[in-house]
Amino acid sequence: MKTNSTVLDRRSMELRKTIVRTVEGSRRGHIGSAFSLVEILRVLYDDVLRYDPRNPDWAERDRCILSKGHGCLALYSILSDKGFFPVAELPKFCLSDGILGGHPEHSKVPGVEASTGSLGHGLSIGIGFALNGRYEKADYKTFVIVGDGESNEGSVWEAALCAGKHRLDKLTVIVDYNKHQSCGSTFEIQDMEPFGDKWTSFGFGVREVDGHDVGELRSAFSELPFAPNKPSAIVAHTVKGKGVDFVENNLEWHHKSKITDDEIQALFSTLEAV
Amino acid sequence: MRKTCLEMVYELAKTDERIFFIGSDLGFGTLNHFKEEMPDRFFMEGVGEANLVGMAAGLAMEGKILYVNTIATFLTRRCFEQIVLDLCLHNVKVRLIGNGGGLVYAPLGPTHLAIEDIAILRAVPNMTVVAPADADEMRRLMPQTVDYPGPIYIRLGKGYDPIVTNDDTPFQIGKAILSKAGDEVLIVTTGICLERALEGAAQLKEKGIEAAVLHVHTIKPLDTASILEHASPASVVVSVEEHTVIGGLGSAVAETLAESSFQSVKRFRRIGIPDEFPSEYGSQDSLMERSQITSDGIVSVVEGLLKESTAVA
Repeated sequence: MKTNSTVLDRRSMELRKTIVRTVEGSRRGHIGSAFSLVEILRVLYDDVLRYDPRNPDWAERDRCILSKGHGCLALYSILSDKGFFPVAELPKFCLSDGILGGHPEHSKVPGVEASTGSLGHGLSIGIGFALNGRYEKADYKTFVIVGDGESNEGSVWEAALCAGKHRLDKLTVIVDYNKHQSCGSTFEIQDMEPFGDKWTSFGFGVREVDGHDVGELRSAFSELPFAPNKPSAIVAHTVKGKGVDFVENNLEWHHKSKITDDEIQALFSTLEAV
Repeated sequence: MRKTCLEMVYELAKTDERIFFIGSDLGFGTLNHFKEEMPDRFFMEGVGEANLVGMAAGLAMEGKILYVNTIATFLTRRCFEQIVLDLCLHNVKVRLIGNGGGLVYAPLGPTHLAIEDIAILRAVPNMTVVAPADADEMRRLMPQTVDYPGPIYIRLGKGYDPIVTNDDTPFQIGKAILSKAGDEVLIVTTGICLERALEGAAQLKEKGIEAAVLHVHTIKPLDTASILEHASPASVVVSVEEHTVIGGLGSAVAETLAESSFQSVKRFRRIGIPDEFPSEYGSQDSLMERSQITSDGIVSVVEGLLKESTAVA
């Protein structure tokens, strides 16, 4: 899985530049955690999900929950790109007159399906969405993006058991497997391996992909569900901070505050270089 | 009360397709008729309360009305964060049916005693907390839970609790009921303690003391207007609850009185479970007796406070 060398295209870099513009005001944010999931969200919103930005509560829309809510900068970047809210909101990230918090809120941000931030909540809520879809005989799909560190939470696995039991074949979990959590590598803090096998054993059809390879992601999403009558899990191998060399795999950028002018400039310069 | 509550869920679900039931591996055979008649809206899940509450939130965010049934301790403490974030932050219609509120499971020990449930839940924005006194009141409550906004915690007693309420006063979530009038003493109570409060008030009457009993079936939102109205003429106010004295009804009443503008001095005491894990098993009644949550206990506390009040006067 050659995720470190996957070359990002202009669109991926533009979405990352939007993230940098978003933190220019507050000078803080989970930048590394957001950069690792840009391609996952980009492919979902460009190629997979059915939605109407002018009608975010449209009953027939596909539901996408960012359970690793601290990655919200990437979500805000794509939602503003798609017109769910004005780009003028972005510079007000984390500020008192803005709608975009350090973790996403359903009641404030159009397109945010559930308020998340505390880890281990999104998959259970997604199960509720999927069960509702089954009851209503609706054909919408539910996607839940979880982190690897997030998967330390027992509630993730309570939910996985439940999704497997109910055979929710319109529910897909995407794991942003960037191999780093707040204080170290996942292998050091809490090893989740064999990660893919865990999802398989909990009743999911599983596919492992390069989470920065747009083509691989598109291909995986186009083949859902991976097994009949089972929920699906995409283990997306990613790089924390992907796209900026001094951010990649650098735990100082898991959550960074007091970001300096020089650092902002360096982020833009690196992203412009592509 | 428990049986009536669950039966009402079934009855309400028969005529309202928005209503779903989720159990957490509790009560073999519980609501079998619901399961048989409305299998698409009946879920019996495993003992994973965090997931259960999140899943209920997801369904409720889609417009459904969820009744989630399990033992009160597990439904409040185990998944507290899911209650706060998934239910209260999203402000969804999930009704938590807490079996064995208070000391009901006394023989099973401290792991099963829900003696701080009111305190922790009333601290959370958007949550409504109700503790009916008996099965008849439960029957009056349940239809109102269908369209009431936001999440609700319904605290259940043991079952087969004596019937002490009537429908003289219309039941309304958030509106306390004056179960007995009196102007010297105010006894504020909730849940099954209403029975003990009424007995205590009757004993006080025999001694020539007129005590009012205010049944606060809804601890949140608190009917502060009613508490202040009936506390106004009284020189003594006591709260009676099957709950720790920290943070429950007694604390809520104390906060209300402390922030009031009464000119006259009032003696106040909370009758409830002291700040310790019960050291004995036994029965609900025996543990309540230990904490003076009895009619005799109420009489004794009230008489003591009246003496203090007289001494000051």
